[in-house]
Amino acid sequence: MSEILIKNGHVFDVVSGVKGDAKDIAIKDGKIVDKVSSKAKTIDASGKTVMAGALDIHAHVAGPKVNLGRWFRPEDKWYRGQMRGGIVKETSRMEQGFSIPSVFRTGYCYGRMGYTFVMEAAMPPLYARHVHEEIHDTPIIDEAALPVFGNNWFVMEYLKEKDIQKTAAYIAWLMRVTKGYGIKVVNPGGTEAWGWGLNCLGINDEVPYFDITPAEITTGLIEANEYLGLPHSVHIHPNSLGDPGNNPVTIDTMKLAAKYKPNNKFGREQVLHMTHLQFHSYGGSGWGDFCSASKEIMDYVNKHKEITFDTGNVTLDETTTMTADGPFEHHLCALNHLKWCNVDVELETGSGVVPFIYSPNVFPCAVQWATGLELALLAKDPMRTMITTDHPNAGPFTRYPRVFKWLMSKKTRDEQMAAFKNSGKVADATILNELDREITLYELSQMTRAAPAKALGLSSTRGGLATGMDADVAIYDIDPTKMPTDPETIEKVFLNASYLLKNGEIVISDGQIVFENPKKMTFWVNAKAPENKQVNRDIREKFLRYYTVTQANYEVPDSYAPHPFVIETEANV
Amino acid sequence: MKTVTITMKNVPDLYLEGDMITPDQFAGKTNEEIAALRTYEGRETYCLGDNFEISGDAVGATPAETKIIVKGDCTKVKYIGMNMTAGEVVVEGSCDMYTGGWMKGGKLHVKGNVDSFSGLGMEGGEFTVDGNAGNFIGASYRGDWRGMQGGVLRVKGNVGSDIGTFMNGGTLIVEGNADVHIGTHAEGGTIIIKGNANRRIGGQMVKGTIYVYGDITYMMPGFQYTKDVELEVDGDKAVFAEYIGDLGERHSKSKGQVVYGKIYRKK
Ligand SMILES: [Zn+2]
Ligand SMILES: [Zn+2]
Repeated sequence: MSEILIKNGHVFDVVSGVKGDAKDIAIKDGKIVDKVSSKAKTIDASGKTVMAGALDIHAHVAGPKVNLGRWFRPEDKWYRGQMRGGIVKETSRMEQGFSIPSVFRTGYCYGRMGYTFVMEAAMPPLYARHVHEEIHDTPIIDEAALPVFGNNWFVMEYLKEKDIQKTAAYIAWLMRVTKGYGIKVVNPGGTEAWGWGLNCLGINDEVPYFDITPAEITTGLIEANEYLGLPHSVHIHPNSLGDPGNNPVTIDTMKLAAKYKPNNKFGREQVLHMTHLQFHSYGGSGWGDFCSASKEIMDYVNKHKEITFDTGNVTLDETTTMTADGPFEHHLCALNHLKWCNVDVELETGSGVVPFIYSPNVFPCAVQWATGLELALLAKDPMRTMITTDHPNAGPFTRYPRVFKWLMSKKTRDEQMAAFKNSGKVADATILNELDREITLYELSQMTRAAPAKALGLSSTRGGLATGMDADVAIYDIDPTKMPTDPETIEKVFLNASYLLKNGEIVISDGQIVFENPKKMTFWVNAKAPENKQVNRDIREKFLRYYTVTQANYEVPDSYAPHPFVIETEANV
Repeated sequence: MKTVTITMKNVPDLYLEGDMITPDQFAGKTNEEIAALRTYEGRETYCLGDNFEISGDAVGATPAETKIIVKGDCTKVKYIGMNMTAGEVVVEGSCDMYTGGWMKGGKLHVKGNVDSFSGLGMEGGEFTVDGNAGNFIGASYRGDWRGMQGGVLRVKGNVGSDIGTFMNGGTLIVEGNADVHIGTHAEGGTIIIKGNANRRIGGQMVKGTIYVYGDITYMMPGFQYTKDVELEVDGDKAVFAEYIGDLGERHSKSKGQVVYGKIYRKK
């Protein structure tokens, strides 16, 4: 394979501790190396910013829920999308859709933004094949998927017996047969309760029939996660998403993690990842006195190293909400009267999809916008802070550069704040105006590279530019010694990298996609747990009695993930 | 107002996407520049001048000062007048689907027929069709909830099915007959059918008004007769029977009174 030398760029990299100094990055055979021969192809990066390929820790980009959104929102492809992408001959595939882009557009757009790894945040195990088919069809980016466990019948039955070993044996089996990466929990117990027309709004609400609480599900899954020694921690969407005054539920959820220690060989330090925290950081008692509770939330997060989080920033767009939190989507549809889809996934989970307009003229939307930014600006440890939009729930991932701009420029935040229809009321309900902090490029490289890599247990190869790491490199046309006076430049630059290298192959050159099918991999975790005959029997039994498919047809065959990167783990017996 | 005439010289094999045929796109351009506007036919890209002869005096400096006359066989041209905000477009014959889609202002006059999805999501202006129109006239785009929102759309002939779906403003007048599904999901706006209307009128209607002069094959069971009223509709004075509905739908309140959708049948 060829050698490449990226010359004289301003490098921002936590792993090698470089904070914007001009430096050369040498690449050979897909890895970062100390030096290359004089025959290496050179890329002149002088006056530009060089970072590792970014990682997205939480986005909904593949599988049945995303596709349901694509089916029932043809209007998202039409006048809100790029109508004739295929005729613009930069890429070979047509690029459709705005909030729920096609798999091709998803890969191209992430690549253009300098991202090389994306975690599909909620894989319904029964439909894992569909998730892997879409992952396989998405160009450029490496991907992995988190199977959902928080409303799974097996998990609830084993945890009711407080049997961590059976729970872990089941999780290990399920991760292997679905080629999953870690443990995702969505509204623990609440989605199952929704099957009974109910919900779990607090961590001690009983799940009907199963006689277990969200708190017991969450702690049981944390114990199983650390018993298995998985690279990622439990990744939770807590109860009571989106409700005014939900911040105590969020803090209660985080407190559940306080007594646990990480136990893994991947350098991960958290035991609980709180996803789209913005949706869980609200005060008030209704929509009238709705307000941000970012301060209460971040006071807790800042003091607790066992917690990491991603923001879930609202981007003030028309978008499509989709979550395994079925009851939440029903609630949302009753608020906005737009169309609603609901799916029940047998013994495992459910989901709903509803379009949503985060209008700057609507008071709660503006408060949500401010709350998400406040979380990142109040965060003391950028290595535990990650930027997401919970794509597409709070906004499309293609708005990340706009979120970066807001975080990096108080001026643009002030302008947006002043532009809200209810700006005075919004200012009273939030603390954003008081926050002068502007995120630096170095902090941005932490929040979008090193932090997610570490939280996912991938820090030895991803999220940095140290010797021996994978040569995923993004080069942006921004000179840190002469930061642009117009903050709009920040958005423009991060929306389209000048160069992107994926495993040492040049994907983007001079801002154009020049090679759209570099090697891309599906990451999954082969977790080993001591064989448990009872669990094997229970699985057989449940397939015979309840599932609509046979056990043999459930497993995702290797042909569905033909380019795997398998991480092996051993249980901490 | 300055006038430019475009005349079809090569009828496309497939369908030509003609959304650049608007005063907004033409204003301030020379005839050569207009001929160079990019068009799409299937997956191929062409120039407007490949299909049309461009003639007449130079167009106006602004859309409002620009009038376009479209001549020749345009039955394979879609999207004429799409998104137009001002000025005037006159189509001498018939044209295809999506004519006047999302139109925001100005005048659009088609002397022949238009096909389905014309006036889709229309927000303003005047759009008149002398002949017949297809399905989904003044409706929302497939899947969308923003149908016709403003302006006046008048069809002098008959229309197909599903007109005014998700309509929430503006006036849609059909001087002939209309087929099934009229004003489905409407949350506002006015539909006037001067001929007969087929079944399923006002299904899931939340708000808005539908007038029918001729026969209605079947009324929706979700509508209830209230009283007879004398009204003047589009210049015609008559007595109408008033129905409220769709009783199966959610309805908001205004000043303590529930707001219903209304159907008026001419007596
Ligand atoms: Zn979620
Ligand atoms: Zn999510």
